[in-house]
Amino acid sequence: MPETQPNAGNATGTLLRGAWPAIVCIALLALVPTLSAMFDNPFLIRLFTRVLIFAIVAVALNFVLGFGGLVSMMHAGLFGVGAYVVAILAVHDFDGAPLWIFPGTSNLAITIPLAIVVTALVALLSGAVSLRTSGAYFIMITLAFNQMLYYFFVALQKYGGEDGQQILASLSFAGFDITKRVTFYYVSLAVLVAVMLLFWRLVNSRFGIILRATAQNERRVVALGVSPLRYKLAAFVISGAITGLAGGLWAAGQQFVSPADLSWIRAADFVVMAVLGGMTRVWGAVLGAVVIVLLEALLPNYTQYWQMPFGLIVILIVVYLQGGLAGLFVRDRPTGAH
Amino acid sequence: MKSKSSAAILAAGVAVFAIATASAQQGPIKIGHMTTTSGPQAVIGIDMVDAFKLALKHSGDTVAGRKVEVIWGDDQAKPDVGRQVADKMLESDRVHMMTGIIFSNVLLASVKPVLDAGAFYISSNAGPSQLAGRQCHPNFFGVAFQNDNNFEGLGQHMREKGFKKVYFLAPNYPAGKDMASGYKRYYKDGLAAEVYTSFGQLDYSAEIAQVRAAKPDAVVIFYPGGMGINFVKQYAQAGMMSQIPLFTGAGTVDQTTLPAIGDAAIGMYTGALWSEFLDNAANKRFVEDFEKEYKRIPSGFASASYDTARAILAALNSIGGKVEDKDAFRKAMANVKFEAVRGNFKFNKNQFPIQDYYLVQIEKDAKGRTVAGFRGTIMKDLADAYGSDCKMPPLK
Amino acid sequence: MSASLFIEQMLNGIQFGVMLFLISAGLTLVFGIMNLINLAHGALFMLGAFLATAFIKWTNNYLLAAVLAMVITAFVGYVLELLVLRRFYSRSHLDQVLVTFGLILVFNDIVRLIWGVVPVQFRLPQAFAGSINLFGDVQYPTFRLLILAVGLLVALGLYYVVVHTRIGMWIRAGASNRPMASALGVDVGLIFSLVFAAGAALAGLAGLMTGSISSVQVGMGDPVLILALVVTVIGGIGSIRGAFVAALMIGIVDTFGRVLLPPALGSMVIFMLMAVILAWRPKGLFPVHA
Repeated sequence: MPETQPNAGNATGTLLRGAWPAIVCIALLALVPTLSAMFDNPFLIRLFTRVLIFAIVAVALNFVLGFGGLVSMMHAGLFGVGAYVVAILAVHDFDGAPLWIFPGTSNLAITIPLAIVVTALVALLSGAVSLRTSGAYFIMITLAFNQMLYYFFVALQKYGGEDGQQILASLSFAGFDITKRVTFYYVSLAVLVAVMLLFWRLVNSRFGIILRATAQNERRVVALGVSPLRYKLAAFVISGAITGLAGGLWAAGQQFVSPADLSWIRAADFVVMAVLGGMTRVWGAVLGAVVIVLLEALLPNYTQYWQMPFGLIVILIVVYLQGGLAGLFVRDRPTGAH
Repeated sequence: MKSKSSAAILAAGVAVFAIATASAQQGPIKIGHMTTTSGPQAVIGIDMVDAFKLALKHSGDTVAGRKVEVIWGDDQAKPDVGRQVADKMLESDRVHMMTGIIFSNVLLASVKPVLDAGAFYISSNAGPSQLAGRQCHPNFFGVAFQNDNNFEGLGQHMREKGFKKVYFLAPNYPAGKDMASGYKRYYKDGLAAEVYTSFGQLDYSAEIAQVRAAKPDAVVIFYPGGMGINFVKQYAQAGMMSQIPLFTGAGTVDQTTLPAIGDAAIGMYTGALWSEFLDNAANKRFVEDFEKEYKRIPSGFASASYDTARAILAALNSIGGKVEDKDAFRKAMANVKFEAVRGNFKFNKNQFPIQDYYLVQIEKDAKGRTVAGFRGTIMKDLADAYGSDCKMPPLK
Repeated sequence: MSASLFIEQMLNGIQFGVMLFLISAGLTLVFGIMNLINLAHGALFMLGAFLATAFIKWTNNYLLAAVLAMVITAFVGYVLELLVLRRFYSRSHLDQVLVTFGLILVFNDIVRLIWGVVPVQFRLPQAFAGSINLFGDVQYPTFRLLILAVGLLVALGLYYVVVHTRIGMWIRAGASNRPMASALGVDVGLIFSLVFAAGAALAGLAGLMTGSISSVQVGMGDPVLILALVVTVIGGIGSIRGAFVAALMIGIVDTFGRVLLPPALGSMVIFMLMAVILAWRPKGLFPVHA
């Protein structure tokens, strides 16, 4: 099977042709604050901020899931780690009590990178163990790690335990207030676009090719003299780090974190977003996040029995749209990736 | 000509604005009711929704000639979903106040945007200690209870009855610890054992074996919802009911769980902030109409929800439905007079209730249903312990 | 911990383990033979419990009610396989997880539409409602002894059917080489339908056995599903023997973990055990295709 790989350097044309739904989608998302002002409904921005942050996680998750074949059930846990890093440092800043020897801080320019680093470390340690397994065993061992992280934060009584932790300090990014609703929305959108570009580059790099080849036929990759484990682990750490970034944004946007952010149901939601969106495209997960978050927010307005239509929609998409929602817009090429 | 026409447009604009404002004045009073109506905890949420609807029906969905509109929401028992629904109700539906949350963690996540927006939160269930104490707020009213209240009367009762060695079990989450501290506050002697199990646990055989080996005088549990059903059934099946008496405060063995526990719970004593047999006119009407409307006996959750709706309506009525005048509404709420189905009721300084605490015993009624038979009042005028930490700004 | 308390807790652990085995037996059977991850197993578990309560009310005969509940749950499983899940044998595990996840949501709301949100009562037959004196002063609930017996019977029965009978041979043939089995005249489609129905019946049985000691309510299958998946994976996917060993191990470790460890660790202990075992044996304790 020939690898018809567009060269990442001069493939702008291909990118635009293949990724037009992504560009339309981002353009529409960019219009949300305007629409919200037009209809005098500021809630729209909040709802779509949730969409954007979950979309970042879904895109990051899909990097290991869609391209690496690794179904991780611990991305909610990683998301929560990032969120708690930002929250805990802000709490110590507010109380004026140092965390061990480090002073707390509400400066996101420090806490968000820290969230990324800490989450990457957690992903590295758990990934190194989890990647010994594969398939359904990988799903379950990552679920185990997710539950351990969940119960860890439940046990942290100092930061609210099960009740969660309110962030009372006012957060800023190196002195700029980015937590204002519209500003924060555009910041999140910019991060999402940057993350999509990052993964698009990665997927189409040598690294991405080996990762995808590993997912399809690990033995062939080994025969080429490459150690697939190192590639998978690197991918897992990158995916985890970006998920930690999203978690940090989540804490900043909500000004509230709780162990519920790490629940295994949230982890499953992320997987559903990535798969329903369409795993073979970097931008598929964005569609998944939009659809799932909107369905979950809108359906309960009509009936108490909203889980039934929600379940039926999931079933219908899986049965009839094998390429996920992305398949509605573009035909799938098995080896192409955008 | 040009200036004239723009003047006309301006005039038209002003007129439209004036009409819009006027109609906003006459628009309905909007209450956001968010509770858990999906998942395993929906049984509590549905009871609360039904009771709230009943109270509105009793007042004809209007107060002081103004329509009352309720926007219903489901928090799925998740803090972040609760916060999102609260944002939607505030910013999209523009509610004047919110109510309905069951779980303290959902309340703590959702209440900040409500209070920040200058709206009111009137709690019909969750009453975390933070909001009764240091973080008390002029726009927050807890009609149901402060969490600890549920077990305070029981603690006093068991002290008076001379139980010396008491074994306490609860799920490992903040409300479980609130109940324990409420119990200990009035029991005073300290517990023989305080055991916390994981939330949502299925099997309690190991814990029950430990209880048996410890040979306490009595066992006290706080297990809301399905956990309570599991524990009480398994305790009875292990033959423990006749060996070591089982007690619980309000909110574990009630009409949300009794139909499933069945005969196993008969004879059990529990503390309560309300009973379906309380002898007052408001309660008789509530229980009768609730049964007629929904074909089941209301629970304590329903009673608190009904009282909440009635307190809100009474306060609104006393100010002629002018909910936009926030200072007036705040004052009206703080001094609200209404006939509560639970009997005595008034707000403390921290805007949490001062109420009586009862003892009930599970028995069969004439129709063969398991009910909570009224056995008497344990405590009069029970107030929570956190009021002294609350520095409530004086009413304007 | 005194000796008699230790023995009682050991018994509790074994009994909990056997219950876990009952819960996961159907899941691992379907997973191992058809390579299908069926999350709707938890929904069938719930259905079995609700049907049993309804039939007990109707017939007043526990055994008859249990049989009826299992038969109907099996039939629902059969229809489900025919209409939806049949198309998913050749699809990825991920698609299977998603479609059966959707089924859980649908089933939860259907059960809620029929039975309402208030948990329903499960009446035990008088003979099993109490407890008996085992030794010393240890009273043990009679029904838990019944669960123990039924679980062991199911374990033996499954082992016998799969390893020693002609049907078992067909099943194993169909699972390991479908075209070959078809060529030999085995109706693989029918066999798979029947295995799925049997898995559903086992889920229903587990539901009605568990429902008699716990709360029968909407969503009762969801937390149980996680436990069943943990058992299946630790044991090695598709291995009945593995599921049995893993279930006992988890039952005992969880029981003692809850009693001896602080609550935060106690909640984690099952998952820590799973992570350690999978790190040590990445395909579970008894890998099927070693």
